[in-house]
Amino acid sequence: MATSMLPKHLSDNGALVERHWQELNSRRRLYSWLGFAVLVLALSGSLWFANDSNAGKFFDRLPHFFDFVGDLAPRDGLEIFRAMFDRPSPYDDGSFKYNYPEGRLYLTESFYIPEYVHKMLETVNIAIFSTVIGTFFGFIFCFLAARNLMPNPWIRGFVRRLMEILRAFPEVVIAGFFLAILSLGPIPAIAAVSIHTIGALGKLFFEVVENADMKPDEGLRAAGGNWIERVWFGMVPQVLPNFASYFLLRLEINVRASTIIGAVGGGGIGELLRLSIGQGHQAKTLAIVLLLFATIFAVDQFSAWLRRRLVGDQAFQLAQ
Amino acid sequence: MTSANRLSPLEMDAIALRHPHLLQGSSNKRLRTILISVGLVVYLIFSWWFFSIGHVLGNANWGIAGTYLADWVSYEVRPEIRIARDKTMTLDYQRNSPLGHNPNPSWVVLDKETVTRTVEIPASTTQASKPKTSSSFSFMTPGSALGGANAASEQSRTETRTDEVITRALVTLNRSTKIEIADGLVRATHGGETLTMAVDGQNTVTPQGVLPTWATQKRPGEKITLAFGATGWAEVEGDEVSVRNRFFGWANFLFDTNSPFFGKSYGEVLKLITSGERIDPTRSNLSLAWNNILYNAEWQHLDVWTKLLQTVVMAFVGTLFASLVAFPLCFLAARNITPNFLTNQIVKRFFDFLRSVDMFIWALFFTRAFGPGPLAGMSAIFFTDTGTLGKLYSEALENIDDKQREGVKSVGATPLAVQRFGVLPQVLPVFASQALYFWESNTRSATIIGAVGAGGIGLKLWEAMRTNSDWENVAYMVLLILLVVFIFDSISNALRSRLIGQKAH
Repeated sequence: MATSMLPKHLSDNGALVERHWQELNSRRRLYSWLGFAVLVLALSGSLWFANDSNAGKFFDRLPHFFDFVGDLAPRDGLEIFRAMFDRPSPYDDGSFKYNYPEGRLYLTESFYIPEYVHKMLETVNIAIFSTVIGTFFGFIFCFLAARNLMPNPWIRGFVRRLMEILRAFPEVVIAGFFLAILSLGPIPAIAAVSIHTIGALGKLFFEVVENADMKPDEGLRAAGGNWIERVWFGMVPQVLPNFASYFLLRLEINVRASTIIGAVGGGGIGELLRLSIGQGHQAKTLAIVLLLFATIFAVDQFSAWLRRRLVGDQAFQLAQ
Repeated sequence: MTSANRLSPLEMDAIALRHPHLLQGSSNKRLRTILISVGLVVYLIFSWWFFSIGHVLGNANWGIAGTYLADWVSYEVRPEIRIARDKTMTLDYQRNSPLGHNPNPSWVVLDKETVTRTVEIPASTTQASKPKTSSSFSFMTPGSALGGANAASEQSRTETRTDEVITRALVTLNRSTKIEIADGLVRATHGGETLTMAVDGQNTVTPQGVLPTWATQKRPGEKITLAFGATGWAEVEGDEVSVRNRFFGWANFLFDTNSPFFGKSYGEVLKLITSGERIDPTRSNLSLAWNNILYNAEWQHLDVWTKLLQTVVMAFVGTLFASLVAFPLCFLAARNITPNFLTNQIVKRFFDFLRSVDMFIWALFFTRAFGPGPLAGMSAIFFTDTGTLGKLYSEALENIDDKQREGVKSVGATPLAVQRFGVLPQVLPVFASQALYFWESNTRSATIIGAVGAGGIGLKLWEAMRTNSDWENVAYMVLLILLVVFIFDSISNALRSRLIGQKAH
């Protein structure tokens, strides 16, 4: 490296600047390398630790990696759709593996909803319901947490801390706690997802409120509006599109979250998926995966489209 | 405001007439608001019915909720006093009592006396009728340990032996709450009121006088439950008084009851470590103490910390690999960098695929492939986040300023140099910031995929909750998780605001 070679034709001051720049440069390079070394060290340590504490070792399991894919192949391709729509299977031997029609939910004498579609709808409805609850409370909290609307630092700080705790509190604990009190069913999942949603949406909402235009608020204050009027007429109309966009974003996340919560005992499709993978029911597993994939994909696309209509290109911010 | 006050109603009407669009929204808009509100209400009613919320909440056991919540930060000591027919008593504590193997707390005062007597042992008449915790079967009545199985050979045996028995027991829960048992009478005092109950040593409890509000008895003769609020509660049965004395705090957090350091104050432990004689001749007291803490049977510190580290590692490695893989791919997905529609679409749909097959499904699959453990969780995070980060990265690339790129291109740079000097400086801070954000949020979500078997603290948390009695361990783990999330939040926030300035949130 030619760091110490100074060009001859520079003036004294120029040489000084040059030397200073080169010093800075080499120090920056040193820091970059140091950071890189720390990263590599942390990564290799982490990998070793993960491999060491895993039940199967990475290199032992790698040759068998696709075994389970083979295990998942159904007897024929149509089986997946028979499982999905609860049609009788030609392989039916009375076992749980092929008892597709048993899960039918009859609405009328002859019209039924397939089991997995029903459970999928339940999961999606858990997500929607908890997003609505979370939005409602997040909507109330965000105005109390925004600096421009709540001058009292104590209330603001309290609401912000509260939302932080709600956000960081592990969902699985809330679900488990309510599962211990209530019977099995979707309510623990709703509680867990909506409590988390309150914290997450509250944070996003109050950031929107803080970035809002204060002129309508000033106008209302000049006309003698009280706090609620200022919020309702000055703030809400301009933040509503952003709120709606974040609502949809959260809905996407919550569909996934309610699936996972379902798997740990909250009902819905997640539980069925966990069970059918555990029991090795190929067609059922693939049917559920396909259904889940389609649902999540559809919800994502729909929400992306609607958000783009609501707030234009701002819609791309992702948030947890 | 003052000028508004001077307007006469007529003038105001005139203004309103001149600008009707300002004061009244279009009917379309108002109709929409009404429709949305009605739709929302209908939806909420539907969901109430769909999830049968009213029914579930009505059937919930809210009394237990309070106990579980109290368990988070407190523990119970359960002296159980069995009363024989001759009104003598024996005292027993729950198995694994937080007080150790020979509990002798100062709040339980016993009068003992040694008697030689003939005891009639009712084989299983009293025990078979009601279920009890296993710890309540004391050594005094060996026949009853078999419970209902022995019920067929229902007979009374007599035996002569010499025992030390308790004639009087006084349990003081706090200043205003105490229970005294002597001569077949249980006298409970709480908040200035005293309730005396007669127990017959078999199965009947008879309260003397009116039951105060804190005592309940469902049917005459049956057990009486005394609720003392946060101090604890007690159950008086015909042959047993079970007291639950609740103490604030986490019991035996450092040393479990098997440890030689158990029951010693901090000063004593410190003295033992620094200058005491070796307890275990093969190693120093310090290493023994440390070992006892790590392998504390109740709190399992080492295991909890290892599992927590697994969670952190899962999020770290998963996100790092995801951003490393998404980085080159996003150049292919961005239509301004790679002007090939087919390539763009293929890579973008690939990202969508990785994202839409949810982290949960990936976790279940990798758990099958690698076995339970952090490798599975790591791979799940890696796969999902490659999709998410790839999508975000390619969107960031599509939004860059083209001038820099054109400038670099105009001086005749190679295509690679154009990306390096024309594109990368613009997007690298954004990329890094987004990777950091996902690292932080994955630290949170790694907990829950752990619960389905993909490694980390999730499963441990879930198992602790399933027992319904280890809520203090749940509280400990939650506290550690919150701490870790908080630390990583701060690190990631600090790094991000350095990377892209103050607008990071």
